Amino acid sequence: MNSILPLSVRGASVKRRGKTIVGPVDLDLAGQGMTIVMGPNGAGKTTLLRMLHGLARQSGGSMTWNQPLAQAQMRQAFVFQTPVVLRRSVRDNIAFPLILRGVARKQARTQADHWAARVGLAGMLRRPAAVLSGGETQKLALARALIREPELLFLDEPTANLDGRSMREIETILTEAMHEGTRIVMATHNIGQARRLASDVIFLYRGRVHERNQAVAFFDCPETTEAAAFINGDIVE
Amino acid sequence: MSEIWQGLTAAFWLIVSLDADLVEITLRSLQVTLTAVVIACLLGMPLGTWLAIQRFRYRRTVIALLNALMGLPPVVVGLIVYLMLSRSGPLGALNLIFTPTAMIVAQVVIVTPLIASIAHQAVREIWSDYHDLLISLNASKPQRMLTLLMDSRRALLTAALAGFGRAIGEVGAIMIVGGNIDHVSRVLTTAIALETSKGNFALALGLGFVLIGLAIAVNLGIHALGRTEREGRW
Amino acid sequence: MKHLILACVIAVAGLAAHADALRLAVTTSFSNSGLSDILLPEIAADLDLQVQMLVVGTGQALRLGRAGDVDAILVHSRAAEEAFVAEGYATHRREIMYNDFVLIGPAADPARVREADGIGDALARVARTAAVFVSRGDDSGTHRRELSLWTQADVDTETADPAWYRAAGAGMGTTLNVAVGMNGYVLSDRASWLNFANKSDLEILFQGDPALYNQYAYLPIDPARYPHVKNDLANKLEDWLVSDKAQAMIGAYSIDGQTLFVPNATKDGKATDG
Repeated sequence: MNSILPLSVRGASVKRRGKTIVGPVDLDLAGQGMTIVMGPNGAGKTTLLRMLHGLARQSGGSMTWNQPLAQAQMRQAFVFQTPVVLRRSVRDNIAFPLILRGVARKQARTQADHWAARVGLAGMLRRPAAVLSGGETQKLALARALIREPELLFLDEPTANLDGRSMREIETILTEAMHEGTRIVMATHNIGQARRLASDVIFLYRGRVHERNQAVAFFDCPETTEAAAFINGDIVE
Repeated sequence: MSEIWQGLTAAFWLIVSLDADLVEITLRSLQVTLTAVVIACLLGMPLGTWLAIQRFRYRRTVIALLNALMGLPPVVVGLIVYLMLSRSGPLGALNLIFTPTAMIVAQVVIVTPLIASIAHQAVREIWSDYHDLLISLNASKPQRMLTLLMDSRRALLTAALAGFGRAIGEVGAIMIVGGNIDHVSRVLTTAIALETSKGNFALALGLGFVLIGLAIAVNLGIHALGRTEREGRW
Repeated sequence: MKHLILACVIAVAGLAAHADALRLAVTTSFSNSGLSDILLPEIAADLDLQVQMLVVGTGQALRLGRAGDVDAILVHSRAAEEAFVAEGYATHRREIMYNDFVLIGPAADPARVREADGIGDALARVARTAAVFVSRGDDSGTHRRELSLWTQADVDTETADPAWYRAAGAGMGTTLNVAVGMNGYVLSDRASWLNFANKSDLEILFQGDPALYNQYAYLPIDPARYPHVKNDLANKLEDWLVSDKAQAMIGAYSIDGQTLFVPNATKDGKATDG
């Protein structure tokens, strides 16, 4: 099966009410691993991810996938910062993407059970999704994203509001997924998390790709003052 | 005041003795109203949902119009439907005038804007929650509509019950298009109007209490079936 | 969905039931008298005919006739009836019976109507004392009669002060309810009054003047105008209404020992004078 990557982004930007939120951005996404998108709050991390996924309207430039856009859209998934649960059971939430694809309900539910077990929600299958805690909701969102076995997975600050244990559990699942071949692009402002997980880093500053490098190189020798300051924990305006 | 007590007594005896006329008009009331509400749901709920998710040029005007139609006086609707269905009207050949079917038509016209409006509001709120998720999952437009309808089911149930309440107590329109003909198009509300005009206040009140009891029973039944008020259920 | 279609079929089929069915528009005063409750079962038994009565005001009955939505009408407003026939909506008018109007008012009788020497005088007294009077106000036969009586009493109701002349715009029963509520005077047909269940403090204060006689007539809608009307059945009903049996029943009908209607159908259908 042909991969939807590499993705080639040239001069892409997102404008709202005349103001440029993100861009112009030149970017190539290929290969394996986990790309961490870092930057101070307001840098445009969320908007960049949404633009790449097709949720934010592109105001200029181009994005070229290795496959036609329709195919590319089917092989991605997105985990939002505050995931939305459907007003159904946990199991039906996780199975939902498969049902949309036309998979038979019984089969979809079986796969949902499998993924629920993988993320540690096996005991909550039949409960209404609304009763889940913050960490459990994130795990549900993750399972729901991974059930379609996407080639490319976007995550927008998935552990921002979670306790340490939940954070560790989710990071473990993500690492497993990465090793199984899923290309991951994740936004975070947690520097420790970035150090733990990144294969490569995109440092976003005022809506533009300020610096990009392999993880080790980025953290040991940041090239820009803003990146260095950010890694150091200073406030970057 | 004594009439209210007499009314309660009258209602009691009518029900306990299973008065034949009462049974007949009660069944007809239910038949007309339930049919009308079902049709109104089939028309109004998809319409409300579609309005919530489809952007088009005059959307705001259409929504405002829909909300305004909720205030349409039933008597006016009855008059218009009568003129349409009258033998000398455009649809006269259908021979529907003064039948329960004509009454259903009038009630559908009255109730559909109400259901569509409530459905629209409910779906709009869920749509703003689900918007990004459904697009991210590549849901087609029909799939989006179905998902929204399914997940709004509690609010939609409220819409349906609101429509039922409006229709079961309606009298102006169905009096005109139905004619309140004994054994043909007489229902609880038109019978109440008739007895009131004859000065039979006790009987009219009695029928009124039967009507209220009916509405309560239907509402309780629907809620029991839907199992609302259970832990964490929507 | 299946149940829905079934329900619709039953609803429509209900009309095409075993007995023949005829749609007759009658006035509220006729229905409220209770006479129809006596006659309809007999009609069903004798003619195998289900009479579907629409109880409306005279104005609306004529309107329904003009639209062809009924097969015949039974009203009591001679001038309007003759115009109706002249316009070609009905084949003819057939007089069936008459009753009378009575002037109802509070037992205390502030306008001293009891002492009047005619209906014109009685109404004049009401106007002079500006006692509350409730009118049908609905262009019905009763209303038109009331207006003509006011004219005879030289009172212009158009300019009457709404403080005392109140137009209810409703049927006989509702108008009586309003009169009871306001403890006022009202003109009603005797039958509706006797059958009215909410008399409260009101009673008959004036009656008997020949100007108060009220002729009911039966008008079948003209099939030349509306081919779909059931003219055969309408004629059947008319023959029954003028038959000796029906006329006797009409004459015998009473409430509290008072007979209400005087049958006056003629065999040849010639109308009475005046």
